[in-house]
Amino acid sequence: MAILEVKNLGISFGGLRAVDNFNLAIEQGQLYGLIGPNGAGKTTVFNMLTGVYKPTDGKIFLDGTEITGKSTIEINKAGIARTFQNIRLFGELTVLDNVKAGLHNQKEYEYSALTGILRMPRYYKAEKAMDDRAMELLKVFDLDKEFDYKASNLPYGKQRKLEIARALATNPKLLLLDEPAAGMNPNETQELMDTIRFVRDEFKMTILLIEHDMRLVGGICEKLTVLNFGQVLACGETSAVLNDPNVITAYLGE
Amino acid sequence: MMSFISYLLNGVSLGSVYAIIALGYTMVYGIAKMLNFAHGDVIMIGSYVAFVAINSMGLPIPLSILISVAVCTLLGVTIERIAYKPLRHASKLAVLITAIGASYFLQNMALLIFGANTKSFPSVVKMDPLKLADGQLTISSETIVTVIACIIIMICLMAFMKYSKAGHAMLAVSEDGGAAQLMGINVNATIALTFAIGSALAAIAGVLLCSAYPSLTPYTGAMPGIKAFVAAVFGGIGSIPGAFIGGILLGVIEILGKAYISSQLADAIVFAVLIIVLVVKPTGLLGKQIQEKV
Amino acid sequence: MKKMSKITKNNLITYAIVVFAYAVCEILMRAGQMSSLMKGLLVPLCVYVILAVSLNLTVGILGELSLGHAGFMCVGAFTSAVFSKCMASVITVPTLRFFLAVLIGVVCAGVCGILIGIPVLRLRGDYLAIVTLAFGEIIKNVVNVIYLGKDSNGFHFSMKDSMSLGMEPDGMIIIKGAQGITGTPTDSNFTLGAVLVLLTLIVVLNLVHSRTGRAIMAIRDNRIAAESIGIDITKYKIMAFSISAALAGAAGVLYAHNLSTLTALPKNFGYNMSITILVFVVLGGIGSIRGSMIAAVVLTLLPELLRALNEYRMLIYAVVLIVTMIFTWSPKAIELRERYSPEKLFRKKEKEVQ
Repeated sequence: MAILEVKNLGISFGGLRAVDNFNLAIEQGQLYGLIGPNGAGKTTVFNMLTGVYKPTDGKIFLDGTEITGKSTIEINKAGIARTFQNIRLFGELTVLDNVKAGLHNQKEYEYSALTGILRMPRYYKAEKAMDDRAMELLKVFDLDKEFDYKASNLPYGKQRKLEIARALATNPKLLLLDEPAAGMNPNETQELMDTIRFVRDEFKMTILLIEHDMRLVGGICEKLTVLNFGQVLACGETSAVLNDPNVITAYLGE
Repeated sequence: MMSFISYLLNGVSLGSVYAIIALGYTMVYGIAKMLNFAHGDVIMIGSYVAFVAINSMGLPIPLSILISVAVCTLLGVTIERIAYKPLRHASKLAVLITAIGASYFLQNMALLIFGANTKSFPSVVKMDPLKLADGQLTISSETIVTVIACIIIMICLMAFMKYSKAGHAMLAVSEDGGAAQLMGINVNATIALTFAIGSALAAIAGVLLCSAYPSLTPYTGAMPGIKAFVAAVFGGIGSIPGAFIGGILLGVIEILGKAYISSQLADAIVFAVLIIVLVVKPTGLLGKQIQEKV
Repeated sequence: MKKMSKITKNNLITYAIVVFAYAVCEILMRAGQMSSLMKGLLVPLCVYVILAVSLNLTVGILGELSLGHAGFMCVGAFTSAVFSKCMASVITVPTLRFFLAVLIGVVCAGVCGILIGIPVLRLRGDYLAIVTLAFGEIIKNVVNVIYLGKDSNGFHFSMKDSMSLGMEPDGMIIIKGAQGITGTPTDSNFTLGAVLVLLTLIVVLNLVHSRTGRAIMAIRDNRIAAESIGIDITKYKIMAFSISAALAGAAGVLYAHNLSTLTALPKNFGYNMSITILVFVVLGGIGSIRGSMIAAVVLTLLPELLRALNEYRMLIYAVVLIVTMIFTWSPKAIELRERYSPEKLFRKKEKEVQ
């Protein structure tokens, strides 16, 4: 069964139909790409999947459970984590604390505010476990040496990685990456591709990503869906989609 | 019945003053995206200037008002230049704290210069009150002048925004400062002009306020300032007709509350209105919704 | 881990400063080396420190500007004073009575914080600031019209005057409108004040460096990202706000039990007080708990010791607010700081070595 299934999803802002009749099915462990020209509605789809926008129609199922119209918080708890096009880190917190914030809702690390204030044994145990888990995640992204840096002091590429690490900390079933390679140079992009692939293999993660960089998309995505003017233009195996004349026209013009 | 109408008129009069102050608030908020806490204290300074000009220097009233307007305009622009301009891209918290600092600065400066004693402000309106319904209902000349002044100011402002080039620049900056800059609009000058207009209005409001309520202290401006902000929020921040409607309604609510509920709780009632408005309809009566982009 | 011990160490230094300052004051007092002016200032100092530290929880950690902090102090002061006045003859141990009063004041102010927080915290930035200001003023105004009396028939309440309480002749008027509460047992002293300061610091510092504090600061730094990782925004905002309010309540209790007459004036519970506390927080460094504490002490003592300064105190506060903000945020000031900061120069060298 598909881990994410989207049926006839659509949203209107006033009279504007931003996304219409959008369908998507992603299998467990797949690396799936959502591409399309600027303004095609890709981020709007992400915002609907994560509960930032409430879809006007259609249904979203995560692992067989319907999550349509739920709040961002509930959807994250259900198992979708995301990164943002314009990086959104907790700038004043340390790199380590950014990841630890991602561990917030997991049962094994939970403790109440009172436990924290009174510094009960549970506090020390949970914090220690969080530190270990967070450092583990940071190591995956080669950020462990910078664990006590302020997040806003990290270089751009590392900030993007930290965002992914923080999203993974919420232990999602599905990871959404919104233009992870935006603003990166070819070397950084290459490195990012390796990391994304590694995350998929290491965590058995299902990943849906929005991307403009065709090299990245062609290099790592197994399947693609192309959006244009809020409608699905093409969908299928990466190589087939990228050679679809409709897609080429949409990207390059007539 | 007559007393109710009389209260109502008092409320409209006070509300008109709030509306004039609120116009300044709403313009500055709409364009500079900041809550200019010092606005209320500019009113107070304006009143002191007019007071000194009329009482101590014996200048004619129209000239005194003009001087007061000029001083306040200069003051508003100076505050903007020194305290707010360096913080154009700072966090909202920082700007707000600075504005509170500016407000405090003006209050305490006035306290040092003029002392804490209450000054009795002379009315600038030298006309006989209007008597209606066989003398049962008296409308003070201050009320008439205040309401008329308020309406004229609002119409002028709306025309200014609609027809003048500077008005269009203001609208553009309030929509998107960055884009306006790219279109060749001098954003800093536009913001300075907004402060100038707002502060000039504050001077007029100060003179009218003190004519109706003649006790002048360094704290005279603070409460009306905050209440005018309440009025601006009530009407929908950024909207000129909104500020007018909000101001009038708030003045009426305050005076009626004072008369029929409790004079000590009048301020509390005004603030309760603010809270109810913000909780029920945070955009106010005529405001528009702004959503953060993800 | 190295970082953990650094935080613990930092907290311990903060506590040590309090204990040390307390010890020095006690020794001076015992040795008769302290002026009566200073002695009179000790409890107010504790009040200010608690207020500043608790406000920093809202302003620095939660990142929202509250201009009604004095209102919560007012709630704590009045509820606890009513309690102590009623219990003066029942509980005769002053310290016990005081701690029970603290409990009452803290709970009442905290509940107020929750009640106010629920509608208010949905708003952001400027609106939130103005609404907290409004609530502070409402609390002050309402307290000024409350009449409360107690006689053999129980409590009587009115919002008009003491006559309308309709009390038996044996009754006692507890709150007398604008005249407030007179005859509150003066149960507080410097030692109790210092204990409350320590407790406040422990609560705030432990909260900040915990899962809860992390969630609160995450919301401050980026609300949308915090939501995306499943942090319940409303819950943590209200938690921070109400804990901050509760601690302000504790300061109010300390304040009320240091005076025999308690009235709600603009000076002590109004907007001006809220601003004074804000000045402490801003000068001490937004988000720095120890800074708030030190700023509260220095800014209270300086004008008292240098009488000539007292007249200009408020003016200086105003300048402090503006200059601190410009120095922290103005692009020019930031550039200057970066160029001449020893830390940056050092780091540059480090980079070159790498």
